[in-house]
Amino acid sequence: MSEESQTSYSDKLPNKFMEQIEEVAKTKRLNKEQKGKLTEEVIKVMEERKFEPGEVIGIITAQSISEPSTQMTMRTYHFAGTAGMKVTYGLPRLMEIFDAKKELETPMMTILLKKDFNNVETAKKLAEYIVEKKLAAITKSVSLNLNDMTIEVELTDKKRENSVAKIIKEFVKDVDAKPVRDKIVITPRTELDIKELQKVKDKAMNVKIEGISGVQNAVVRREGEDWIINTIGTDLDSVIKLKDVDEKRTISNDIYEVAKVFGIEAARNVIMVEALKTLQEQGLDVDVRYIMLVGDIMTFSGEVNSIGRYGVAGSKTSILARAAFEETIKHLVRASIRNEADEFKGIFENVMIGQVIPSGTGMFDLIAKREEQS
Amino acid sequence: MANVFVNGRFIGVAPEAQKIVNMIRDGRRTGKFSDQTNVAYHFNSDEVIIVTDSGRVRRPLVIVQNGKPKLQQADIDKLRKGEINWSDLLKTGVIEYLDAEEEENAYIALRESNLTTQHTHLELNPAIILGLSASFVPYPEHNRGDRVNYGAKMVGQSIGLFATNYLLRADSKSNVMIYPQEPLVQTYMHTSQEFIEHPNGMNVVMAFGSFEGYNMEDAIVINKNSIERGLLWSYMYRTYEAEQKRYMGGQEDVIGIPSPNVRGYAGEDAYKHLPEDGIINPETKVNSDDILIARTSPLRFLGTMDQFITGIENIRETSVALRHGDEGIVDRVFVSETIDGTKLIKIVVRDPKIPEIGDKLASRHGQKGVIAIVVPQEDMPFSEDGTVPDIVFNSHSIPSRMTMGQLLEVIAAKVAALSGKPIFAPAFGGVPEEQLRSSLKKLGYKEDGKETMYEGRGGRRLSSQIFMGCCFYKKLDHLVSNKIHARSRGPVTLLTKQPTEGRSKEGGLRLGEMEKDVLIAHGAALTLKERFDSDKTLVPICTKCGMVATNDRIRNTKICPLDGESNIVDVEMSYAFKLMLDELKSMLIYQKVVVGEE
Repeated sequence: MSEESQTSYSDKLPNKFMEQIEEVAKTKRLNKEQKGKLTEEVIKVMEERKFEPGEVIGIITAQSISEPSTQMTMRTYHFAGTAGMKVTYGLPRLMEIFDAKKELETPMMTILLKKDFNNVETAKKLAEYIVEKKLAAITKSVSLNLNDMTIEVELTDKKRENSVAKIIKEFVKDVDAKPVRDKIVITPRTELDIKELQKVKDKAMNVKIEGISGVQNAVVRREGEDWIINTIGTDLDSVIKLKDVDEKRTISNDIYEVAKVFGIEAARNVIMVEALKTLQEQGLDVDVRYIMLVGDIMTFSGEVNSIGRYGVAGSKTSILARAAFEETIKHLVRASIRNEADEFKGIFENVMIGQVIPSGTGMFDLIAKREEQS
Repeated sequence: MANVFVNGRFIGVAPEAQKIVNMIRDGRRTGKFSDQTNVAYHFNSDEVIIVTDSGRVRRPLVIVQNGKPKLQQADIDKLRKGEINWSDLLKTGVIEYLDAEEEENAYIALRESNLTTQHTHLELNPAIILGLSASFVPYPEHNRGDRVNYGAKMVGQSIGLFATNYLLRADSKSNVMIYPQEPLVQTYMHTSQEFIEHPNGMNVVMAFGSFEGYNMEDAIVINKNSIERGLLWSYMYRTYEAEQKRYMGGQEDVIGIPSPNVRGYAGEDAYKHLPEDGIINPETKVNSDDILIARTSPLRFLGTMDQFITGIENIRETSVALRHGDEGIVDRVFVSETIDGTKLIKIVVRDPKIPEIGDKLASRHGQKGVIAIVVPQEDMPFSEDGTVPDIVFNSHSIPSRMTMGQLLEVIAAKVAALSGKPIFAPAFGGVPEEQLRSSLKKLGYKEDGKETMYEGRGGRRLSSQIFMGCCFYKKLDHLVSNKIHARSRGPVTLLTKQPTEGRSKEGGLRLGEMEKDVLIAHGAALTLKERFDSDKTLVPICTKCGMVATNDRIRNTKICPLDGESNIVDVEMSYAFKLMLDELKSMLIYQKVVVGEE
């Protein structure tokens, strides 16, 4: 109905604001003129809320996130006697996110199902299916037969012997495996001593029989209409290929994995969602926009960068600022070899040499001097 | 087959572990083995662990057999009469010491009434679970656990009579309370550790309530007249030393007032208060930085030109002065000799510390506070019988901390003060509340310890009844007079030209990394610059090569070592940065300073 007004404002306001204005307009039954006024008012308020030139948003962001985090430290390690899934909470998790750790302590997936499959049965079946099962999980007993130099595996489920034997044969190098009288007998093709046989046994016990490798645990949970599977261990790439899984809503908490599978924008979202979730779990109220800024800084180059010496802090332009942070010698030597120059345009360098910093009240200069009055 | 370890070393296996353990224990109780042997059998790992080495913490327990303690009333009576002693009980197997290892095998009853046939030991007294300083807290079982812990911690910081021979000692720093008192409410520790010889506080009359908001947030309102009567006074003793050292080549220090042509001569006034021998007399009032012992030492490293300079001797003033910020009266002067035979002088300076605003006081229940106001007695509230409290304690300190022991102490101490007998209140065995209440009633006071009080300034009756009683208070070793510090201008360090650090060096207070960030976040660029200007210098920079040039004062020109008299400008920078440029140069990194236009 008001296509033009929307398009004329949409470059000034974010989509979410436009949606909300639309909603208000609908409920309050505003006419076109009133709606235009409302939109202008919103734009005015938004302009007022914008940061001014010279405002150091980086430092304000850092302070706004780190001050609440200091309170978190004290509470985090007091989780004595809690049962259930062990999940990294609090400061350790926050550090994981901002340091962009490659190996998470508890990698997790949240799997949602497509509309047609959104029911308990499918969810439970899927949860059962994706959990990785190793041979050790389905064995009743293992023994080394030192006479024949073979390994004898007794399964809990005797019916599966044939298929399991096949898998062992396929994935363990240089062995034969076949069911013999209620047991699977694994025979190495080469002559081995006891120690090597022991190694083969360990290898065989670690063979994946079914499921998706890496997924250790899967719990089905209901949230509103949806049946959700939470897993420990991630493999997004294989999970979204399953036919029941809704790949548009399924997500992992591993930033790198998401960046690889869904792209950098999704990774930015994961950083924001996870950081905000971690802070809110602890009852800390940090404005989203600070987290958004961190997410932007970590991903704007197209790949995930940590906040640290190898990431954001290491890519500062000033040599002195980098040298003062970490790895002083590396930066100084590199700069001297390459004949680099420090422009003294940042804050830290100017504090170092005792000059007025180029921000806040110090960022303005007189362009022309008034003529001296004689 | 149990593995047997002696002092952590495997020595063999035993077929019947329990038998060996029992044999060792019986042997220890009958005197066959040393009573310092401990043995434990761990069922899970099937190990017998025997320990005899030093450094274990052990504690005494009464041995129990068939649910009956071996310590009988007869033994206790004999002990009282002095017929037997502690080690006799140890030898006869009545009492034994257990360490952490053997405790794993013991089943210890806390009280005799709890004993069953399964028990192996009995605690001497339930109060023994507390250590030395925690045992000084009366009624600890009525307090929240952490408060007892805090109270115990603060015992260690209290100023008291740490040694009765303090007048003969020359500790580098010590505090001694004047007229410390025996607490009105005592525990086992006060009697067994001869606390009366080494008390650490005084009994005060305290009222619970507010005083015009001056006792908010744990602050303490204190009676001025009480202080003038000597409440919680203490002396701080500090010892200063000077040695008349001998050096190689026959040179030695000289103790005595230096002549004016000595390097570092502090001026005539600085030595005015000293007698001829250069060692200060006892009972002289001294102030901050006053010289106590005048001394000169030979210069050890002569500069190239020094030996040719006439008029100034090659000796330097090395006098010992009173610490910066301290003051006091010279108490004692010792003149002695070291082992090497050199003259040694020790001077003890005494500084009376009268309670003042900012001093830290604490009761024994982890209730600490700082004096916020000193009120004249006439302005303090008073009770019906004319009692004026020494301290007005804020009642809000009680509910959140749940130190009910403090309240009980106040009532108990009130009874003790009125009846003239100290009250005994160790852990789990204090005089019960009901008894205190009835005694208080008998003494003619309200049984809940509350009193009708009148406001001091107007004489109006206070609308509510005020809980008042006595309490043992400690003065803690955090006195403002030892901590107060400010600086506007002052000394700088030689290397960086930045202000010195620390009170004793008249130092500045650092504006740190995070404080810097705050100024940046506020955009206060010029304030920030001003704060960091403490070491600003003008450095001559050659515009051609960008290196630091030299300033030739004699010819009043600036010269660049590389380019001669080129265009040299003075650049303002922090001295620390100039130092960094020098260091980079020493690492063969050419740092070119490109100077922009003003």
